[in-house]
Amino acid sequence: MTDRLTLAVVTAGLSEDSTTTRLGEAIAQAASTTVENAGQHVDIQVIQLRDLAHGLTDMMITHVASRAVQDAIDTVLTADGLIAASPTYKASYSGLFKQFFDVIDESALENLPTVVAATGGSPRHSLVLDTAMRPLLSYLKALVLPLGIYAASEDWGHNDLQRRIDRVGASLGTMLLAGSQGSAGSTDGASHGDAARPGLRREVKDDFSDVPDFASLLASVGS
Amino acid sequence: MQLGIFTIGDVTQDPTTGRTPTENERIKATVAIARKAEEVGMDVFATGQHHNPPFVAPANPPILMAHLAAQTEKIQLGTATTLITTTDPVRIAEDYSYVQHLADGRVDLTLGRGNTGPVYPWFGKDIRQGIPLAVENYQLLYRLWREQSVNYSGRFRTPLQGFTATPRPLDDVPPFVWHGSIRSPEIPEQAAFYGDGFFHNNIFWNKEHTERMVDFYRQRYEYYGHGSYDQAIVGLGGQVFMAKNSQDARRTFRPYFDNAPVYGHGPSLEDFTEQTPLTVGSPQQVIERTLSFREYAGDYQRQLFLVDHAGLPLKTVLEQMDILGEEVIPVLRKEFDAARPAHVPEAPTHESLVARHAAGKDPIPGGGPDSQAAKDRAQQAEAAQRDHENAK
Repeated sequence: MTDRLTLAVVTAGLSEDSTTTRLGEAIAQAASTTVENAGQHVDIQVIQLRDLAHGLTDMMITHVASRAVQDAIDTVLTADGLIAASPTYKASYSGLFKQFFDVIDESALENLPTVVAATGGSPRHSLVLDTAMRPLLSYLKALVLPLGIYAASEDWGHNDLQRRIDRVGASLGTMLLAGSQGSAGSTDGASHGDAARPGLRREVKDDFSDVPDFASLLASVGS
Repeated sequence: MQLGIFTIGDVTQDPTTGRTPTENERIKATVAIARKAEEVGMDVFATGQHHNPPFVAPANPPILMAHLAAQTEKIQLGTATTLITTTDPVRIAEDYSYVQHLADGRVDLTLGRGNTGPVYPWFGKDIRQGIPLAVENYQLLYRLWREQSVNYSGRFRTPLQGFTATPRPLDDVPPFVWHGSIRSPEIPEQAAFYGDGFFHNNIFWNKEHTERMVDFYRQRYEYYGHGSYDQAIVGLGGQVFMAKNSQDARRTFRPYFDNAPVYGHGPSLEDFTEQTPLTVGSPQQVIERTLSFREYAGDYQRQLFLVDHAGLPLKTVLEQMDILGEEVIPVLRKEFDAARPAHVPEAPTHESLVARHAAGKDPIPGGGPDSQAAKDRAQQAEAAQRDHENAK
């Protein structure tokens, strides 16, 4: 049984041909190659945060998600893997990048295999992966892979970047395959997020699925 | 179908003139608006409860309700909302009973937790305890209105020994209670448990949220045996601004929308109209949009509109209420009533609650013996008994 895998690329790149988006997509391609070599297929879904900038700000203010923002959240929520890519602004990820993760539910990324990627004008910012991106995604309980990629302007002129991309992509692809094997036994039409991975379980939480029965609510306050 | 308005009593600068009403003007305007509501044939006027600027909704709604009771004849006086978390349930029991007497029963209340963080510590409470506060305080309120002598000890207030809340509710029938919540499913669960009403403010969220909350409440209402899914008592909010043609409505309302408290300086009027139940347009558009709430909330009992916020001058608000009274509400009442099947009840009133009480048909919290809830409890008890026997 072939499980259809999806890989979400969340990119905070701003320009029309953004190196951040290129980096995210290249990692996704490399992961895809690994998955294809194993006879499976992965859908790559790119979420351009630039297009959601207004919607994300509105949601901060009103809590109302526009259709486009909700679709993006749902894409990440049901994905089998995530590539999170941001340009480096003032020694950290950009504000837009953080805004997206600010409106996502606390449990949305739990056990989600994730690669962090960042771009910057100078190689001296390469620790942004470890000082900014990892703590954020670890807080959200994502499974952040040990390998990430920081690409400075000068890296784009060297073959070495593609070698690093391939290496990161391969390890993400391997994680995706491991996850799909874990759920290959389940044939029911249960929601995607319920797919069991070996040794871990990703559940998409529904606010209404485990509302305590009122008697136990009463008992918990001792009335 | 009960149709009316609810207010949060915000004191907001009119963005078109730069003028902010004084607190006195805003309070007197609120009274004028309530009187107008009765005059144009609305069924309900509901006031918020507030403890912080820029609001002058009363800190204790019965003060305003008592004043309005003396100035009106027919209109039902409600709240949107009474803060069950930070208000002592003993004072809620006593003050609302008192105003119920003054108003000859024209009183009900909607309980809410309040989402203004700073308010909680002013009253010695913690916002993180919002749900437990709502649960414990309402259980006490429920008992104070129904038991002559209450012994109580709980987590959040000083214990009571042989306490009698005075005055007793009018005709020994407490005011009807709606429970309001935007997104916490524990609250529709609570409303269903007691057989009370559920109110969704239906303003700040997309309709899918309202739909989930109402659906959950209806399921649980049936589970607790108070009636079928479609007999549960549902109220919705809504927000409208009207002019003869929709371009004029949008042009007039836009500066108020853009600068409104809560959602102002955020989404565009067009986006917010699409995403939430806000309707800015002709009376006909308001009628069509409001009737469409049935499609996701089912046949419901109460519809309240927000019409007096964001710095709209009193004159404009009264004009809006004239349009509502003349062109919108009569049509809505007729259409909603025609669509509602005979077995779906109207919103409770003091008279209907007195009759229900006399007939011995008051809802049993948690469900009577015939309810699915009672059957499940019996089955669980039986299973526990079996386990106990087997363990011997």
